[in-house]
Amino acid sequence: MKADPAVVATGMHFIDGNEACAEGALAAGCRFVAGYPITPSTEVVEHLAKRFPRVGGMFIQMEDEIASSICFQGAVWAGMKAMTVTSGPGLSLMMEHVGLAAMTECPSVFVDVQRAGPSTGLPTLPAQQDVMQVRWGSHGDYEVIALSPSSPQECFDHAVTCFNLAEKFRCPVFFMMDETVGHMLGKVKIPPADQIEVAERRLTTRKPGEYRPYEIYGGDQPEMVRAGMGHRIHTTGLTHDERGYPAMNAAAQDKLIRRLCSKVLDHVEELTIHEATNVEGSDVTIVAYGITARVAAYAVDLARRQGVKAGLVKLVTLWPFNDRLMRDIAASTKNIIVAEMNLGQMVHEVERAVAGKVPVHLVGQAGGAIVEPEAIVAKIQEVLR
Amino acid sequence: MSEAYVNPVEKLLRTERIPHIWCPGCGIGTSVNCFARAIEKTGIDYEHLHVVSGIGCTGRVAGYVNVDSFHTTHGRAIPFATGLSLSRPTSKVVVYSGDGDLTAIGGNHFIHAARRNVDMTVICVNNLTYGMTGGQVTPTTPQTAIASTMPYGNYEAAFNLPNLADACGANFVARWTVFHVRQLVRTMTKALAMKGFTFIEVLAPCPTLYQRRNRLGDGVETLKYYKEKSIIQNGANTAGVGLCFQSEIVVGEFVERQRPSLREEYDARMKAVLKDAYVPYEGTK
Ligand SMILES: Cc1ncc(C[n+]2csc(CCOP(=O)(O)OP(=O)(O)O)c2C)c(N)n1
Ligand code: SF4
Repeated sequence: MKADPAVVATGMHFIDGNEACAEGALAAGCRFVAGYPITPSTEVVEHLAKRFPRVGGMFIQMEDEIASSICFQGAVWAGMKAMTVTSGPGLSLMMEHVGLAAMTECPSVFVDVQRAGPSTGLPTLPAQQDVMQVRWGSHGDYEVIALSPSSPQECFDHAVTCFNLAEKFRCPVFFMMDETVGHMLGKVKIPPADQIEVAERRLTTRKPGEYRPYEIYGGDQPEMVRAGMGHRIHTTGLTHDERGYPAMNAAAQDKLIRRLCSKVLDHVEELTIHEATNVEGSDVTIVAYGITARVAAYAVDLARRQGVKAGLVKLVTLWPFNDRLMRDIAASTKNIIVAEMNLGQMVHEVERAVAGKVPVHLVGQAGGAIVEPEAIVAKIQEVLR
Repeated sequence: MSEAYVNPVEKLLRTERIPHIWCPGCGIGTSVNCFARAIEKTGIDYEHLHVVSGIGCTGRVAGYVNVDSFHTTHGRAIPFATGLSLSRPTSKVVVYSGDGDLTAIGGNHFIHAARRNVDMTVICVNNLTYGMTGGQVTPTTPQTAIASTMPYGNYEAAFNLPNLADACGANFVARWTVFHVRQLVRTMTKALAMKGFTFIEVLAPCPTLYQRRNRLGDGVETLKYYKEKSIIQNGANTAGVGLCFQSEIVVGEFVERQRPSLREEYDARMKAVLKDAYVPYEGTK
């Protein structure tokens, strides 16, 4: 399906990442957003509060993030594409409903414009400290998808991707910006609506009585319904059987949870978005994501001008993590440096996947300011000394 | 069972899920029976009725009613129902909730949904205790009553739920006990047909935990108490309907107003400001 031309703001725009994200959501078909104000994410919902009443959408400012993170799921079950928008402390409050979205297989988009923590931290300054929170924040075993854009353009493009993935995989999908990307102004090209691919919800065509909400009828994902189609479905955050009814036993739990995990993990390759440059035969490869990937690109340039064989891997997909990709990189380079705006989160995944094949180093700092290219260059020199 | 007689409530129940989990003498089942009869009376198309609940013994209601039903998280049925209701304007959304679920962990959502006047009917089965987790104190436990976390008697002031809903602006506020089945059916029927936020408190025994711990006998004993101590007072000032331990119980339909619902306010405002540029949010039909 293509995007709705009545809604898509086709053209060249000079806007920030937050606004681009809002426009991406609109293009993807999002028409309902519940949120609670928190810096540096607020412009996303402020923009939609203005835009929605002109395009048949609705924003509601809920009483808190807990309410926001389940209110939009009510809209999703009503048949809408919907999302919530927040930043670190708000995301912490939402975690129980990340679990609910995983358990009920609700196509859910959570936008997280990261700021420095823990706790109230640095309200207006950037960080990449929520990487592990989005992966592990709710209790239990489950899988999520998380994408991290590095520019306003990617904020638009991958906001669309997030909605499409949510429909396809029916799991929580995180769009992990950071303050810098959210507030960064840049040229954003919004294509004509007929060039924007929008995933439709896969509503069942089975008749009431012939449909079980959590049975897999071919493919990997159960078919969905919305309230009011006459199927009289039941959904619960409890462990459930194919009918959606509570099933309080270990076997049912094991079966369900394994499926919830494998429906994402079996598609790691398909889900991996990344850009690799000059990795083959390099002495050192930088792995980075979000704003740090842009800094790293500059650092790699500096190093190459000094004659260093340096490469770069920019990760857009953070979760699920692609072990194969990391092993391939390890086979093509002599050293890996992970640069991130935290004291070491993604670096642990890289280390695990690389499993000692090459040394893995970290350039990290505790948020509040972007990683300086000089810090990455200095690390490159140190590693190659 | 003879072919000629089918219990009228059966249509609304997922009979394949019976037996239910509720204890003998528990009041939740009676409330569901009344709910089913009220649904029949309103003639609402089942396709356009959605039940949302949180967690607790009462929260399990969603699993037993044969409509699109959503068993969500503890205390959060109302915000889920808010998204559902706004996006399904042609449906009736009902929240079925225990007192702890609704007014302790969910208290903030309750007051804001009433303030916003979201289109939904909230039915609160108030058994004065946390049933599912073993009889702890709730914001509605009367002072001096014993609870597992109030072994020496509750010393906290209790919520007067009708007064709370009234103060927040609910369009309709009523209270009955599970002894008052006819009145409850009538009131539910009325609330279901209304716009905006409508609230019904249903006092119900939890013989297993509340009654036994307070030596109040079984479910039947409690119904006798409801019968003897209830005073029907429609239109009563909600400030005066608070409950004390084994005191008189004021029941009836207390509040009825016609405040515009959230949707109506939204539409009116956007139309006034944006005029023809306004495209209403329709959700799904
Ligand atoms: C976040 C969270 N906290 C606590 C619980 C545990 N819990 C389950 S039911 C319940 C109380 C329910 O009491 P009430 O709403 O009065 O319903 P009843 O069981 O009496 O019908 C609690 C605290 C939970 N499930 N989730
Ligand atoms: S514990 Fe109490 S509220 Fe729960 S089913 Fe038993 S009697 Fe009812």
